[in-house]
Amino acid sequence: MRSEWNDFVGGIWEKEINVRDFIQKNYTLYEGDDSFLAGPTKNTTELWEQVMDLTKQEREAGGVLDMDTKIISTITSHTAGYLNKEKETIVGFQTDKPFKRSMQPYGGIRMAEKACEDNGYKVDPEIVDFFTTHRKTHNAGVFDAYTAEMRACRSNHIITGLPDAYGRGRIIGDYRRVALYGVDRLIEDKTDQKNTTRTIMYSDVIREREELSEQIRALQDLKKLGALYGCDISKPATNTQEAIQWLYFGYLAAVKEQNGAAMSLGRTSTFIDIYAERDLNDGKFTEQQIQEFIDHFIMKLRLVKFARTPEYNAIFAGDPTWVTESIGGVGIDGRPLVTKMSFRYLHTLSNLGTAPEPNLTVLWSTKLPQNFKKFCAKTSIESSSVQYENDDLMRVTHGDDYGIACCVSSMKLGKEMQFFGARANLAKCLLYAINGGVDEISHKQVGPKYRPITSEYLEFDEVMEKYNDMMKWLAQVYVNTLNIIHFMHDKYSYERLQMALHDKEVTRWFATGIAGLSVVADSLSAIKYAKVKTVRDESGLVIDYKIEGDFPKYGNDDERVDELATNLVHTFMQHVRANHTYRGGIPTTSILTITSNVTYGKNTGSTPDGRKQGEPFAPGANPMHGRDAHGAVASLASVSKLPFKDAQDGISNTFTIIPGALGKEDQIFVGDIDIDLGN
Amino acid sequence: MKGFIHSIESFGSVDGPGIRFVVFMQGCPMRCLYCHNPDTWQPDIGNQMSVKEILNSFEKNRAFYKNGGLTVSGGEPLMQIDFLIELFEAAKAKGIHTCLDTSGIIFNESNTNLLNKFDRLVRVTDLVMLDIKHIKTQEHLKLTKQPNAQILQFAKYLDSKHIDMWIRHVVVPTLNDSENFLFELGYFIGGLTYLKALDVLPYHTMGKNKYKELGIDYSLEEIPDMDKENAIIAKKFIIEGIKKRRFELSQMATDIEKT
Repeated sequence: MRSEWNDFVGGIWEKEINVRDFIQKNYTLYEGDDSFLAGPTKNTTELWEQVMDLTKQEREAGGVLDMDTKIISTITSHTAGYLNKEKETIVGFQTDKPFKRSMQPYGGIRMAEKACEDNGYKVDPEIVDFFTTHRKTHNAGVFDAYTAEMRACRSNHIITGLPDAYGRGRIIGDYRRVALYGVDRLIEDKTDQKNTTRTIMYSDVIREREELSEQIRALQDLKKLGALYGCDISKPATNTQEAIQWLYFGYLAAVKEQNGAAMSLGRTSTFIDIYAERDLNDGKFTEQQIQEFIDHFIMKLRLVKFARTPEYNAIFAGDPTWVTESIGGVGIDGRPLVTKMSFRYLHTLSNLGTAPEPNLTVLWSTKLPQNFKKFCAKTSIESSSVQYENDDLMRVTHGDDYGIACCVSSMKLGKEMQFFGARANLAKCLLYAINGGVDEISHKQVGPKYRPITSEYLEFDEVMEKYNDMMKWLAQVYVNTLNIIHFMHDKYSYERLQMALHDKEVTRWFATGIAGLSVVADSLSAIKYAKVKTVRDESGLVIDYKIEGDFPKYGNDDERVDELATNLVHTFMQHVRANHTYRGGIPTTSILTITSNVTYGKNTGSTPDGRKQGEPFAPGANPMHGRDAHGAVASLASVSKLPFKDAQDGISNTFTIIPGALGKEDQIFVGDIDIDLGN
Repeated sequence: MKGFIHSIESFGSVDGPGIRFVVFMQGCPMRCLYCHNPDTWQPDIGNQMSVKEILNSFEKNRAFYKNGGLTVSGGEPLMQIDFLIELFEAAKAKGIHTCLDTSGIIFNESNTNLLNKFDRLVRVTDLVMLDIKHIKTQEHLKLTKQPNAQILQFAKYLDSKHIDMWIRHVVVPTLNDSENFLFELGYFIGGLTYLKALDVLPYHTMGKNKYKELGIDYSLEEIPDMDKENAIIAKKFIIEGIKKRRFELSQMATDIEKT
């Protein structure tokens, strides 16, 4: 065994790239409470103050402090950058200094230019010329192939948020491999993969060989990135600090080259804990030191920044990076994957204060240790910054070494990747069904010229029939639009480093998404159980609806309407499945608009559920605001009826509650209200 | 039988232990000045639901309530005591933890028929959350338009039936927050063997809007929310009363042993 691996339990992981096997053989389950945790060190506090000061300056400067306009970001494009070299235990920034946003034109030069211009910067004209005349971008490729129909769907917002002008993201490299194996071994492995491709040069074999070459080059660059910061990452990490640093270099290399819609981290805490346990046992590091490494690591993840346009930020409500880290969960052998490191990661919310990034996500199972559950609850109440996902549901499909990309997309680390697919606006699709494919806002014929509904009152069976036809059309144009996008992204903005941290054979999930679920469910319910009268403009287009009578609303655990929602998801997914998908992608869908629901609502006319034009949709699979009248359990019960098998890319529900409504004196959940009679 | 139901909350986390399915019943004879649910006062209106319908809703999501249970609140649930008995008997038969959130105002020891009903009810009640508004009957009358004698009797009755009790007390600045009153309240509840918890609730003005909607004058317009710190102090006074009573009781027990 290599000396870096001393004291580790060996296994297949020594012979092949297999991080899961390493974790399963070596991790130490922790069932105790949070009393072992250490607070922030002086250096941590001082560094964070420096960050807060820079954040203030950035805000005062209008949202961006500094941007690169000359250097195209690559893994090795910039020299080392620091906050304070003496104090940082984990190092590395995307550019030569913190808060300076890098330039990444491969997704699209216009987007890169606009991101600069909107923030008061100007991209070097030579670069603009180069990416306009000599080097094609992903964005240019996509628009060369789009049909007129696709462009119309896009500009009328029935398909929205498409990653055709920016990085698609959602691909998680298995960054742990860098730490466990060192880069040389990974290069060796990739070289072997390249030497063993099929030898008849079909186009897919040629592509595979080219991509593997790109991956190997990215790994060589990754070593250089380590060297820039004085680290030799060609070999495996020897201790906790190195393991975190090596892993972070892997991630950093990815965000230096990809300005993706979500650049998630994976599932690293239990992996790192194996090193921490070894170092604690050897007396190499103290708990305080280990927490400091983690605090500094998380601090770096909080400082990942991209150059983006105000429009982009409007869709995603802010400047999110979706550095999602999945914590906890249970192994397929029944042992929870909770370690002390699971606590340490969450504890950064207390040591550094709360923050939306990295998106700390607990893979929740009823089988998690009670003490960990309590700690999660406590951290949630204190920070409002923890996301929860149902591990019991996802483990069935993805096993026990998957991570979450963005907010809900699950994938086996290093074995599965995703083609991000934005979403189709099913509420607008319903309006198209009623209006025969004419957009209710632009009045343009966007969808096919099917017969519109001409009656004064909407009749359920007629609406359903037309809606089904319109969904079939929408699914077809949507999937084909995505086929073009992913073809071009692979061609012009290939994620070479992230894919270098994957197996040779990867499963590709072809993600689609749904917006407006609860709007449609309630609309159909209103049509079925109340009377919905159409209001038409002079051209006969339905522009509003009047509801007579009451109807069951999604979010109240009422079978009559919940069934409509469930069927909707299934039907749309069936239509998606009926299409060809690029590169053998397995179709999935998600119901997850966490923030863009406002934008979707803005671009959608009045709907038969009583929602007026421009009013926001509910986020994700949430019931419409204020319509769930029976409390959280009933509301969650409605959401939980949605079929996961038809929405395997995830179903999200945003849950907001004031702490006081969760119990008295912060502790009723743990026991009765104590009458402390003292002595 | 059907009950008049004001509303159902599927995620109650402050109305008894654990997560609870809370049924708010319609109708209340009290007119507490600070009531934040004046829309539950009028009896015999609202949704009519059967015991079966309520328990079906409960059963559907029973997994959520495994450490909690069913709470009936109001309004004043005891106004529909026959329905309540039927509901709790059916719930108990299914092994559901039952909790009654009440003011106790309906209780009347001299009415044998009613007492029989109470006897039946408490056999299927795991916990009573008894809200004592004021320990002094005159003040109670001012505060709620009702005297408090039955309420205090009810507490003693529950104790004699070995029913676990949480005492709730809303503290309203100037109306019932004086040390004497609080101490005396504590002294009274200190005599209850089955007292399990004390829940002191600071007065809040969140119910005000409902009064506007219902067109009822809100007589506490001038009184601000009570802050949490003062509620903690109030709780301390009550606990002192409990301690004094408990101490006296223990002395008595020792005296009895001595004789």
